Amino acid sequence: MPEIGNTIVKLDGVERHFGAVRALDGVTIAVKAGECVGLVGHNGAGKSTLMHVLAGTGTPDQGTITVGGEPQTAYSVSRAQTLGIRCVFQELSLCPNLTVAENTRIYHPSIRGIGWRRRASDLISAKLDEVFPGHGISASDIVQDLAIGKRQMVEVARAFTVTDAPLRLVILDEPTSSLDAHTSSQLLSFVRRTVASGISCVFISHLLGEILGNSDRIIVMRDGKVVTAGAASTFNRNRLVTEMGGIEAEPAAVAAAAMADRESRKLRVRARPVRQSDGRELIAREGEIVGLAGLAAHGQTDLLLAVFRAATQRAANIEVSGPVALVAGDRQTDGIFAQWSISENIGIRSLARLRKGLLISPAREDEMAARWRDKIGIRTPDMHNNILSLSGGNQQKALFARALGSDAGIVLMDDPMRGVDVGTKLEVYELIRDEARGGRTFLWYTTETDELKNCDHVYVFHNGRIVADLRRDELTEEKVIQSSFAESA
Amino acid sequence: MTDTPSPTASVASASVPAARGIAVRRWLRALLPALSLVLVVTAIGVLNPRAISYFGFSLMLGLAIPIALATIAQLFVITVNDLDLSIGTFVGFVGCVTATLLRDNPLVGIAVLVAAIGVYAGLGALIHLRNLPSIVVTLGMSFVWQGLAILMLPTPGGKAPDWLLTLMGLKPPFVPFPIIAAIVIAVVVHFGLMRTSYGTILRGAGGNAAAIERAGWSLLRTKVTMFTLAGVFGVLSGMALIGTTTSGDANIGNGYTLLSIAGVILGGGEFVGGRVSPIGAVLGALTLTLAATQLLGFMHIPPDWQVGANGIILIIVLAARALLSRRGDAV
Repeated sequence: MPEIGNTIVKLDGVERHFGAVRALDGVTIAVKAGECVGLVGHNGAGKSTLMHVLAGTGTPDQGTITVGGEPQTAYSVSRAQTLGIRCVFQELSLCPNLTVAENTRIYHPSIRGIGWRRRASDLISAKLDEVFPGHGISASDIVQDLAIGKRQMVEVARAFTVTDAPLRLVILDEPTSSLDAHTSSQLLSFVRRTVASGISCVFISHLLGEILGNSDRIIVMRDGKVVTAGAASTFNRNRLVTEMGGIEAEPAAVAAAAMADRESRKLRVRARPVRQSDGRELIAREGEIVGLAGLAAHGQTDLLLAVFRAATQRAANIEVSGPVALVAGDRQTDGIFAQWSISENIGIRSLARLRKGLLISPAREDEMAARWRDKIGIRTPDMHNNILSLSGGNQQKALFARALGSDAGIVLMDDPMRGVDVGTKLEVYELIRDEARGGRTFLWYTTETDELKNCDHVYVFHNGRIVADLRRDELTEEKVIQSSFAESA
Repeated sequence: MTDTPSPTASVASASVPAARGIAVRRWLRALLPALSLVLVVTAIGVLNPRAISYFGFSLMLGLAIPIALATIAQLFVITVNDLDLSIGTFVGFVGCVTATLLRDNPLVGIAVLVAAIGVYAGLGALIHLRNLPSIVVTLGMSFVWQGLAILMLPTPGGKAPDWLLTLMGLKPPFVPFPIIAAIVIAVVVHFGLMRTSYGTILRGAGGNAAAIERAGWSLLRTKVTMFTLAGVFGVLSGMALIGTTTSGDANIGNGYTLLSIAGVILGGGEFVGGRVSPIGAVLGALTLTLAATQLLGFMHIPPDWQVGANGIILIIVLAARALLSRRGDAV
């Protein structure tokens, strides 16, 4: 165990908001010299936001940052760099059009003047040799020609290169996500050596084994708050999962719709993900709410889009019977027509029914809009107002009205509750259950584990495959998280 | 906010042959501008062997220098993922200033040209700060420059300053002046943009602006630098043009906007991603000058059809390049 020294960085009561979302809700943490802190939490727990605050790329709305005992007033990227705080971001931050050496120069303002290219090459090559022996990367390689794993290696090695500014803390946000087992272990043993030499690390990973095996201390975050922190030896896998999950059960708001007769109901969707190698497939029947769970971007949206396409054109491995409607999750890009009124936004999926001759009948459009305003509770004085006059939650309601007001028997929902307040959510859950009782089928991708309680059946995704298939009575948060973190690779 | 471990878990190892294939294709692509120039020169040589001589090249490439300079101006703007639709009328405006003010009243002339470069710098700042599409801003500016040019020189006329005429009329031994000038332009810009440490930052801003900003660099500064350089080379282009044609015309540079964009792309540059090649761009400009003006004359294409034929040659050349680069990208 390395000797743990003075506190290097301390965050005190840090808050950061994105609109109504509290990404960080009063976080207080401290990192000491020569310490490796593991940071875990579910999607949207606020880990990445916290790292951006530490790295100076995101400014907190509230709270203070203290580095080396000095409170920081004008904290910024360059300030963080002078203080020796580096960050390896989750999304790659290399310039693809530049060489490995040139990308190193970008990181170090002091590499300039005659011979800068030589010095940058030597610096990065030496560090790559140290971290990833046998890496096979040349400093003159252009980054876009490197495979994603090698890019990540370059990025990690670059963060540990030192020129004039000292190196005190390196934040690694999912540094092994694109590395294979061999290079991951090279990196992890390098991290342990570095920490032993007195440099601190903050290590974020979804692979709980990596966290448990390499951290001195573990911090667990949930909903923008630190829920627990302690020496790594006091944690095990199950305790981490429990702490991350938010187990305190909500009141059973879910009306248990008995699905004993599942087999006898009409089949609506049968789909197998492209990357699925075993025989598992997703099955959704009439009147069912089927949840798609797992970590973000592990193939859930891809499957929804594949089902959506399969409704109109033939597709291998996917059977869809009946018309389909999609409720987009990213409503600004994929959902609303920003120039149109609320009623036009609702009516677009049902134009065939709203038509009178060759034209859209304004009377029928208004009638449909009015019905849905009352049914789903869109708060507006006039449905002819522009859609942007609504709050985010009400815009989302309009998108639900578009799908539910259509003839679609199958409704696909792509994590539609992002950034929606609790009141609206409960109203919409109720409506979805109502519609399901009426015979509609829902495919519901959600990153919020609580929402899965509304589903009759849940499929957990990992790396583009279905890895678990849970009935309502088998569904627990622990099971979902456990399967999403399946370390199959 | 989203935690996305990549679904491609174990792809850290690229095979060696693939890497070698990439290197070969990259090399071929880098040679492409030179190859197209050789092709056009050969065609001219076959059609008219006498053109391949000191005098022939001096004559044919006279207009290549202003086009090469305008192409370099465009290259700076394209490097940071923008496009300058005003460079042609800007060159025309500079030409009018050169043929009138700079000759009659050099101090005022210099002041006007420096102010025009300042306007370019300001446009860069405006585009960055207000996050405006450069196409719209520069399209608007193209009418401003055109209007100013017509105000300065309502009818073709004026005369280039004598020193400029002397410079552009140089007859160095053995190698024609336009070729020397093209080499100097290519080498200077290549060194500045591709080899210096700040040039790396400038190109990086086109490749991944977020990465540059996260490393603590000012994106405003990179944008202003690039637009200022575009202004400087636009001014050089206008002056070189008047030095070659000896008198001014408000519409003299109008074709340069498209020629400069085509030159950058033909030279191996791409519209986005900070991938540019100054040497390639100069070669591209030479190729286009020869293909678009001289080759057609030697092919006895009537003047009425030359403009249309120009456009077709442009499309063919760029389509050929796109084909080759697509094959190069499909690795």
